[in-house]
Amino acid sequence: MSAPNKSFDPVEVATLSPDAIDAAVSDARAAIDAASDLDALKEARLGHAGDRSPLALANREIGALPPQAKAEAGKRVGRARAQVREALERRQVELEDERDVRVLVEESVDVTLPYDRRPAGARHPLTTIQERMEDVFVAMGWEIAEGPEAEAEWLNFDALNIGPDHPARTMQDTFFVGSEASGVVLRTHTSPVQIRTMLDRPLPIYVACPGKVFRTDELDATHTPVFHQIEGLVVDECITVADLKGTMDHFAMAMFGPETRTRWRPSYFPFTEPSLEFDIWFASAKGGARWIEWGGCGMVNPRVLAACGIDSNRYSGFAFGIGVERTLMFRHDVTDMRDMVEGDIRFATQFGQEV
Amino acid sequence: MRIPLSWLREYVDLPADESPDAIGDRMVRCGLELEEIVAVGADVTGPLVVGRVLDVEELTEFKKPIRFCHVDVGAANGHPDTPGVRGIVCGASNFVAGDLVVVALPGAVLSGGFAIATRETYGHVSDGMICSERELGLGEDHDGIIVLPQGTAEIGVDAGPVVGLGDHVLDVTVTPDMGYCLSMRGVARELAHQYAVPMRDPGTELVELAAPEGGDPHSCGVGDLEGSHLFTLRTIVGFDPSAPSPYWMRRRLVMSGMRPVSLAVDVTNYVMLETGQPLHAFDRAKLRGPIVVRRARTGETVETLDHVARTLDDADLLITDDRGPIGLAGTMGGLDTEVDATTSDLALEAAHFAPAVVAHMSRRHKLSSEASRRFERGVDTVLAPYASARAAALLIAHGGGHYVGMTAVEAPRDPVTISLDPALPGRVAGIPVDRAAVVDRLAAVGAAVADPSSDPLLVTPPTWRPDLTDPADLVEEVLRLGGYDAIPATLPKARAGFGLTEAQRATRRVGRALAGAGYVEGLSYPFVGAPELDALGIAADDRRRHALLLANPISDEQPALRTTLLPGLLSTLRRNVGRGTSDVAIFEAGSVFLLREEQSPRGVTDPPRPHVEGRPSDDDLASLEALLPDQPLHVAVAVAGLREPGGWWGPGQQATWSDAVEAARVVADAVGVDLDVCRGSTPAPWHPGRCAELVVAGQVVGYAGEVAPRACEKAGLPRRTSVMELDLGKMIEHARGPVASAPLSSYPVAKEDVALVVDDDIPASSVEAALVAGAGPLLESVRLFDVYTGEQVEPGRKSLAFALRFRASDRTLTVDEVSAARDAAVGCAIAAVGAVQRA
Repeated sequence: MSAPNKSFDPVEVATLSPDAIDAAVSDARAAIDAASDLDALKEARLGHAGDRSPLALANREIGALPPQAKAEAGKRVGRARAQVREALERRQVELEDERDVRVLVEESVDVTLPYDRRPAGARHPLTTIQERMEDVFVAMGWEIAEGPEAEAEWLNFDALNIGPDHPARTMQDTFFVGSEASGVVLRTHTSPVQIRTMLDRPLPIYVACPGKVFRTDELDATHTPVFHQIEGLVVDECITVADLKGTMDHFAMAMFGPETRTRWRPSYFPFTEPSLEFDIWFASAKGGARWIEWGGCGMVNPRVLAACGIDSNRYSGFAFGIGVERTLMFRHDVTDMRDMVEGDIRFATQFGQEV
Repeated sequence: MRIPLSWLREYVDLPADESPDAIGDRMVRCGLELEEIVAVGADVTGPLVVGRVLDVEELTEFKKPIRFCHVDVGAANGHPDTPGVRGIVCGASNFVAGDLVVVALPGAVLSGGFAIATRETYGHVSDGMICSERELGLGEDHDGIIVLPQGTAEIGVDAGPVVGLGDHVLDVTVTPDMGYCLSMRGVARELAHQYAVPMRDPGTELVELAAPEGGDPHSCGVGDLEGSHLFTLRTIVGFDPSAPSPYWMRRRLVMSGMRPVSLAVDVTNYVMLETGQPLHAFDRAKLRGPIVVRRARTGETVETLDHVARTLDDADLLITDDRGPIGLAGTMGGLDTEVDATTSDLALEAAHFAPAVVAHMSRRHKLSSEASRRFERGVDTVLAPYASARAAALLIAHGGGHYVGMTAVEAPRDPVTISLDPALPGRVAGIPVDRAAVVDRLAAVGAAVADPSSDPLLVTPPTWRPDLTDPADLVEEVLRLGGYDAIPATLPKARAGFGLTEAQRATRRVGRALAGAGYVEGLSYPFVGAPELDALGIAADDRRRHALLLANPISDEQPALRTTLLPGLLSTLRRNVGRGTSDVAIFEAGSVFLLREEQSPRGVTDPPRPHVEGRPSDDDLASLEALLPDQPLHVAVAVAGLREPGGWWGPGQQATWSDAVEAARVVADAVGVDLDVCRGSTPAPWHPGRCAELVVAGQVVGYAGEVAPRACEKAGLPRRTSVMELDLGKMIEHARGPVASAPLSSYPVAKEDVALVVDDDIPASSVEAALVAGAGPLLESVRLFDVYTGEQVEPGRKSLAFALRFRASDRTLTVDEVSAARDAAVGCAIAAVGAVQRA
């Protein structure tokens, strides 16, 4: 602080002279511009805008001026300090931007480093394709029915119009549980679930029955003793072959795309009459579009309805069955059945959570 | 059934230019499953002629027999200086001078691209080749060259048509209801309808035989008219046993997949293929007394043509003579009365045998023959005398001899008549089928409709369609013949459903959650053997040893049905490790088969067999259920190697018992059930000190932890393999159902950490339970965040650090309130488990 200004002459107050103020601003700007980082800028702020900076000191002198001089000096100092502040702010922004850019560069990492810390799990595609099939039927209002894998022979055969001497009932095809005379088999199809449904549920019936089934085939590229089927059963008034065809068309399109077509051939199953087999036109088949045998179906044999206590004069029905493994094989180009049954995790992992 | 097209065309005028593929498509439309179409000798081209061997010179200077022959090929020979005769070297020796043979001339290309040219070999110029069947692509026979019976064809004619080159064979699978299509006759009928052309039925025209002469025909009788309502026996004497079968007949048999044997046998096979009627020829000289059809007496035996001695029971239907059984009716003849190279007197059997009887016999004796396949499916009930007349005529025409006459037994049979509502086919189809179409199509399958205008229609199926018994069977014929393509596609309007059940949804969630937690699903076979359970240390008195046995397992090493998922899952684990995947986390969900105490591994011997004419009684149904084992749904995981691999982030994490326990928690969360992880019983194969008992609603639902080291070693598992198995079905039963949402407090949380020192053997869960019990309602959550043993605590003790969070729903808690709650929690832990609060 300078000596008291007795004469009240602003000119005599050197620190408030325009030149001095301008010089202070110039010094400040020079220092600010010279600050190469935020720390240097902090120093400059302290030196040129702090309490002890020339302009702050000059400001204090204003109070000593005569009233007529205060306004002009105040204006001058105020403008100067604003200029310094502005310069500081500008430089602050510049330096922060610079710092941010530098930090981002410094902190950058190699994002291509592998991150497989939690190896992915997977569901078996036979499970997920079966669920996809179930969902098609649930979307039509059907329900999903299940039943036991070790099943009463009566439910697996007799009730399905497969008589005691039917060739399917030999040890060549059927796993007998306990003994050949025990009345229990590993179900050879999911059709006993249909019988259970007809015995248990009120009419009308719209159900799909997925599940594991068993035949005495040795495992090779195209056979497995344990495989999966999904069967469907409708029993209602006025059910027709046309309904069967429409349902299978819809199912085929849901599984294989809208261009899918079906083709129908007469066939034979003891539990349906008439019986048919159907092929699908698989447009996106590997190696070119072609017809593929997909499943068997037919109108529920009135004898089967009778065995379940259903009046075949009033009710009729259709049933169908397709192989889940077979579907997975051609829908996903699986060429060897063993890949599906051996549990090598590389197989299921290809498919992830869905098919 | 293999069908040579040229043969089929004898019975039905198929369009001459129709391709075999197109005919195959039509067969498929009839319901015959087409396996393949074989073009006979399709790759054989060039001059192929019938020749006659003039002379044979044996060339003995070579290591193998070689012949040089002169063969007359007649006008086919292009050599003007030696008309008709060629020199040909031949390696076969099954022919003599004078035989008719097939000669490939230079320029011909035989099966497999074998080009024939004039060449010098074995010191002679060979000017062509004498062919075997295999060289012409006719069959596998390469034991010698083809020798055509004398008179088969003129010398020098094109041999192609003579041996059947250019023919096609359609191999079709015949469904059990279409037994009549196991014959040319049946297939011809189907195609006649497909092409709307007439057919010549070899099963309805009775071939005229010369008037019987020369003694009495062999007599026959039937003691079981249920088993055989029609039995015929024609007798032929003076037959030449050395007469060969005509070449065309042998070719047709070969193309149809049968082996030519002798004229007598070939004719019976040929007529069977033609008409569908199995026939059997006996050597009359070997018969003792009349032939009688009857049921077997228990203990009787017969040796069948396949040289197997068979012990009979009273369900077997026999052909017998005075000595006893000489054949299994409709299944296989006996060795004693077989025709042989000296047989000159024949007794030719043609009969009808009941399908169920033959099926049972064939099944019991594990003996399936061409005859039994046909009788099982049902042979034309009146065909026998027609077929045997055809066979007798062929035998006499090619083997000489004369006809002595026929004996027969026939029981009258009422024809089956089916009442058919003429509107039923249309109702089943979903489009109208008018009465005229119904009647026409029934006529086309051979059925007789009494009055086409009657209502209902009275339909008598043809004698060759025993499968037609119900109106539904007739509906199928009407719709099948109309073609299923003609029926539109509609969608039935299902009753509104309720979607997946809670159990089905929960099962899906469990699979997704485990996959999300890094487990890969495997699906193993439910078959298990004792060594696998032994290796895991599962003792003989363990419930899991009380397993159902299969009567006919795929492998004798795995005769039982699984009672636990672990053996299959661990075998999958081993396979993966064996294939180089050392870090494995897998799961499986599936049924296990648990016998109830009163059930035996071999089941019962007298199971209930309810009738099928109507709904069985509830008692009958309950008795069927009682046969079955319990089949709960289980889920299991196995984990070995690194749970988390090492990487640039740090070292890997070895999979441990805790991963198995965590998997159980994942399952419980997915199901929506409160799971208590307890220290309790520790069954095999778990490590007694590293096994958690998993409890839901007070019931043990499974176990999780490390496999005991000894079991790991014995079962060939990686060290420290950990497993979990849960009764998923039981957990789902206890699922908590819809969640009732609790209001969320927006007042601040107060956090307090406490460290408690307890004895090593105090489970953390007990300490936590005590804290929860003591903390009171203000406690929002408690979490164990550290376990410490070491210098800071005395030996045999451990320090457990818990983070407690307190919050009230209606106010900000005061410091005093929080301290009081924390102290109460700690106090409870001190009292309950002897905890000491660590400073």
